[in-house]
Amino acid sequence: MKLSDFLLDRVKAIPPSAIRKNFDIINEMKDVISLGIGEPDFATPWDIIESGVYSLEKGHTHYSPNPGFKELRYLISEYQKKRYGLKYDPDSEIIVTVGASEAIDVSLRSFVEVGDEVIIPEPSFVCYKPLITITGATPVTIDLKSENNFKLMAKDLLSAITDRTKVLILSFPNNPTGAVMTKEDLEPIVNVLKDKDILVISDEIYSELTYEGHHTSIASFKEMKDKTIVINGFSKSFAMTGWRVGYVCGNCEFIEAMKKIHQYSIMCAPTVAQYAAIEALKSNENNVTIMKTEYNRRRRVMVDGFNKIGLPCFEPLGAFYVFPSIKSTGLSSEDFSQRLLRETKVLVVQGNAFGNCGEGFIRVTYSNSMENIIEAMKRVKEFIEAL
Amino acid sequence: MKTDNDILELLERNNKLTPAQIGVMLNKEETYVSASIKDYEKHKVILGYKTLINWEKTNKDSVTALIEVKVTPQRGEGFDKIAERIYLYPEVTSCYLMSGGFDLTVVIEGKTLKEVALFVAEKLSTLESVQSTATHFILKKYKDEGTIFENRIVDDREAIIL
Repeated sequence: MKLSDFLLDRVKAIPPSAIRKNFDIINEMKDVISLGIGEPDFATPWDIIESGVYSLEKGHTHYSPNPGFKELRYLISEYQKKRYGLKYDPDSEIIVTVGASEAIDVSLRSFVEVGDEVIIPEPSFVCYKPLITITGATPVTIDLKSENNFKLMAKDLLSAITDRTKVLILSFPNNPTGAVMTKEDLEPIVNVLKDKDILVISDEIYSELTYEGHHTSIASFKEMKDKTIVINGFSKSFAMTGWRVGYVCGNCEFIEAMKKIHQYSIMCAPTVAQYAAIEALKSNENNVTIMKTEYNRRRRVMVDGFNKIGLPCFEPLGAFYVFPSIKSTGLSSEDFSQRLLRETKVLVVQGNAFGNCGEGFIRVTYSNSMENIIEAMKRVKEFIEAL
Repeated sequence: MKTDNDILELLERNNKLTPAQIGVMLNKEETYVSASIKDYEKHKVILGYKTLINWEKTNKDSVTALIEVKVTPQRGEGFDKIAERIYLYPEVTSCYLMSGGFDLTVVIEGKTLKEVALFVAEKLSTLESVQSTATHFILKKYKDEGTIFENRIVDDREAIIL
């Protein structure tokens, strides 16, 4: 028996992340401007770091309760209510997780198994499909279209639904496109779902990075509240990626069951990160605003830059990504991103890493300094002119 | 005067930005940004464009002192006249009227400690209205005008995560 025979077929079937394709090239290079990373360039605001450090100095180095510190769950509950009008009981409807990633994993493992179908609108964040595959369920993708500004349309959702559909994953503001779904955009989706036995896993990790209007959660529709699992966290809004702290909110029946997976596999989210997260929610609205204002300015520079270069780019109103079309160059997304990296030392990610319908696009993140963004846009322009 | 503080804040951080760049960042017309800047210059909202330099990395010798000054305000003129007599000296780089235990903070730059000390002894403390001075030399600048001089925070993000 070969060692690989020990591995489950469904694990072996997971392809390596396509984002990593340029990894070898970048390792040989110096002074690359990376517009490929999906994390804030800002360091965590100092008072949040300080709270984490202080908790260590005080010797708070033990486990927390399984679902997270009560104070943190209360703050999350207040925050969700204040920001998005969602009411979750901090004692029974919230679990603090190891980043939103664990929340996604626990949610999928709680609700889907062999025979179920999970709908993923693509382009999408790369973790959903593999995590669904691991459960044995079947991912069913919907190709979102640039002419719809990469929003999910009700008719496309309807045609993807079958008798086996168990879950719809919604991820807006979206990675990689930067698309958002407003209240008006969500209404027709709610109309499709309200009478169906389909659960929504709503990954709202970029909710604070909404640049026009206010983020609307699908759970804010009363018909959807009990059928939605809301996932959020601290990584993007508070620049806390490395702390690994997120959370999941949902009906107490769901959360009670999900807590079992969380407690047996994870025990609890890191204590130090939870103390830092408490500080984040207590007093960091201003820091979030400062970062968001800066992202918004960079976003405009990038959208303007790509459109002027001749790589059409719809206006993304959320997250920190732009998703310009590179079809006019005649290059595939992979060739484009590899050549751009080799010839100009600017790293972007080929659009098809986020689903086949991302072919012909690239994901470019503006979580980098304005100086680097301006320089990178200059290099992209020169690259296009030389093609 | 009604001002567009977003333009001013961007320029305060980086005066090399062009009106076109600022216009894109703020979703405003370039012509509006240019006209606003001209207007702010004319009305002395924008007083000048300077460069923040870490002189410790150069071969120029200089010392900076922060001096607490207690003064007797002048009848009819308050603190303004005596402040003016102090800040008109070219050695004085900043001068602020303070609340609290003393009246004026005066920042002085000189080539050497001696030069600064002489200025205080001969020029500042001999002014009629000056009651007393306390001189504090700045030993090291960690952060000035919002800029950290030796920033140890580097972009150490992994190039590719997923």
